[in-house]
Amino acid sequence: MDGRMRLSIVDRDRCVGCQICMFACVRRQGSAGLDGACIGVRSVGGMEKGMTVIVCRACPDPPCMKVCPADALKLRNGGGVILDAEKCIGCGNCREECIIGAVFWWDEKNKPAICIHCGYCANFCPHGVLALERGK
Amino acid sequence: MLPGDTLCNVLYIDLGKKSYRIEKRPALFEAGIGGAGVAIRLLAEECPAGCDPFSPDNPVVFAVGPLTGLFPLASKTVAMFKSPLSGNLGESHCGGRSAVAIRLAGYGAMVIKGASETPIYLAVHGDKVYFRNAATLWGMDNLFTAGQIIRGREPSPGTRTIMRIGRAGEKMIPFAGVTTETYRHFGRLGLGAVFGSKKLKAVVVSGARSLPTKDVKEYRKIYEQIHKAAVESEVMRKYHDLGTAENVLPLNVIGGLPTRNLKDSRFEGAETMSGESFAGKYLGRRLACSHCPVGCIHIAALREPDEREAFFYKTSMICYDYEPIYALGTMLGISDPEGFLKLMHKVETTGLDVMSTGVVLAWATEALERGLITEETMGWLRLSWGDYKAYIEAVEKIVEQPNDFFKALAGGVEHASAIYGGSEFALSYGGNEMAGYHTGPAAHLGLLLGARHSHLDNAGYSVDQKIVMKKQTTPREIVDRIFEEEQWRQVLSSLVICFFARGIYTPEVVSETLGSAGFALSPDELSSIGKKIHFEKYAFKFREGFKLQEERLPGRIFETMSSAGRIDADFMKQAVEYAESVLGAAGAEESK
Repeated sequence: MDGRMRLSIVDRDRCVGCQICMFACVRRQGSAGLDGACIGVRSVGGMEKGMTVIVCRACPDPPCMKVCPADALKLRNGGGVILDAEKCIGCGNCREECIIGAVFWWDEKNKPAICIHCGYCANFCPHGVLALERGK
Repeated sequence: MLPGDTLCNVLYIDLGKKSYRIEKRPALFEAGIGGAGVAIRLLAEECPAGCDPFSPDNPVVFAVGPLTGLFPLASKTVAMFKSPLSGNLGESHCGGRSAVAIRLAGYGAMVIKGASETPIYLAVHGDKVYFRNAATLWGMDNLFTAGQIIRGREPSPGTRTIMRIGRAGEKMIPFAGVTTETYRHFGRLGLGAVFGSKKLKAVVVSGARSLPTKDVKEYRKIYEQIHKAAVESEVMRKYHDLGTAENVLPLNVIGGLPTRNLKDSRFEGAETMSGESFAGKYLGRRLACSHCPVGCIHIAALREPDEREAFFYKTSMICYDYEPIYALGTMLGISDPEGFLKLMHKVETTGLDVMSTGVVLAWATEALERGLITEETMGWLRLSWGDYKAYIEAVEKIVEQPNDFFKALAGGVEHASAIYGGSEFALSYGGNEMAGYHTGPAAHLGLLLGARHSHLDNAGYSVDQKIVMKKQTTPREIVDRIFEEEQWRQVLSSLVICFFARGIYTPEVVSETLGSAGFALSPDELSSIGKKIHFEKYAFKFREGFKLQEERLPGRIFETMSSAGRIDADFMKQAVEYAESVLGAAGAEESK
């Protein structure tokens, strides 16, 4: 896969809040349910106000990486980070540092869950909210 | 069931003692699967015979199924309780985020018993249960506001459900519902009133754990097939595009759309009240339940100018569906879609069940028209077909009950007509106000024979359209079809699969998906489990005093022409007799 590809939110207003993407993410990682999902869908202050989709923006200079005391986050080609789970001590600094809340948490492993921009979730989005696109 | 699956965990909460415990009950889930199959057993265990629905002993049972969180469209929560409306089996299903939250919090079922002395709400976050003070929320005018406040105080947005009641539930109106995620409901039969009797304002549940699967590769393969079938199917497109409101025009064409308290079965205003009209002029947003690709929830945006100030507008987001359009629209002769939306919004803010409210108001309008009651009886409120403003006022009066008449109305249509007369046009079955189909004998038999007297029990209206309208048939054939459908639906509602997806989840597909969750059940075995659950529900009904021969068919259904012509009283009588023999024989078999 081209390292410069990244997951984009094409049209947030088309999101119906089904969370199929979150379930897809966990399946992609060989599990089921929602623990470890690297993408989050929730309402913006109640269902009547519509949905917001939260996922890693593939920062070229990721703040989460800079605060890792264990050197467990490496810059991904194309932006964002790749986690070296063996190094990660589960301190949660990265989660605190991401101001859009795109560092999710894998409770059972006590490690961060961060999108690697594989695009698996976009294949299941029924309403064209997500797409894997070449980074701008 | 797979080892380590938390499905078998049942969370027992005692509101009186403010205590809880978790019990592992694998055998219960092996036998009843989940949802309805597990809930009916928990209800029979926990609800003492003859229990007053408002007694602290009346349990509220919630159950989800093994496929919840694993496969799409298995996102309903089944609630069971003793109904204050029918005095018998209470069962209600709701989507939103409820089922996924319960399952991923680590439970297959929850049982809430006892009553609190002061208003509280429950917060269940994973394996912790918190009893929170809700005194400030009690009596709050607008149900939307209560949801908003809890939303701001509890963690885990996106992976939680907030089930809450409005003033109607607090006042224990026997047809008050429970609302989740602003627009989904545990409607019918008064779960909201049971919450109210326990001083339980809301239940928040959150969870996002992982689930085991038998073979992850096989699981992903089956998942992809179901997902594809769901997004490509014609039925699913229908529910996504116009939603259930698509049914308004076809039902009107075939003369099956109950109008003005079923004095008619066609509505001259059907065009403006159709799914097409709402989508074209008002549709503002569509929403989905968790893990459902369809997104059938249709929300209208109503922009209203302020009455006091120019250039000041309010925009309300109001949910609509076929049944509300029937109950608050055609049944009340309302052809102004904005009037309907305003009335709908009013009902939603109080937490009353929309369908029961509409039927109750339709009866009151006709009772006034016929002189059984006067405007004075009503406290000088004049209800007339189409006058949505008067109906909005009446909804407030049902909740506040300023006089004897509205006290009676707040008891449901059967109760009100027992006091003021007019039972022949009081449209209810087993005490539950009727659904929006006058398609023929099967629709009404379906409501009478359905274990919860709901159109969703067995879809009798569909039997009318597929059989009765097409060929000569017998009472026996209709009853067999109704029972057969209801029995299969017990399997679906034990897996908590949305009935809209019943075409996708065939017995073979169900059996395959269950394999991924570690249940080895063939289509034949599933079918006998469905039969058993159906009879277990009836066993509960009989235990609580249900007698089919004592139930009434409202006279009105024989007067107004249905889609299948005039309904014949003899045909219905024979059908009921035959149904009774089937249930009797099954009961005898069960008790062996």
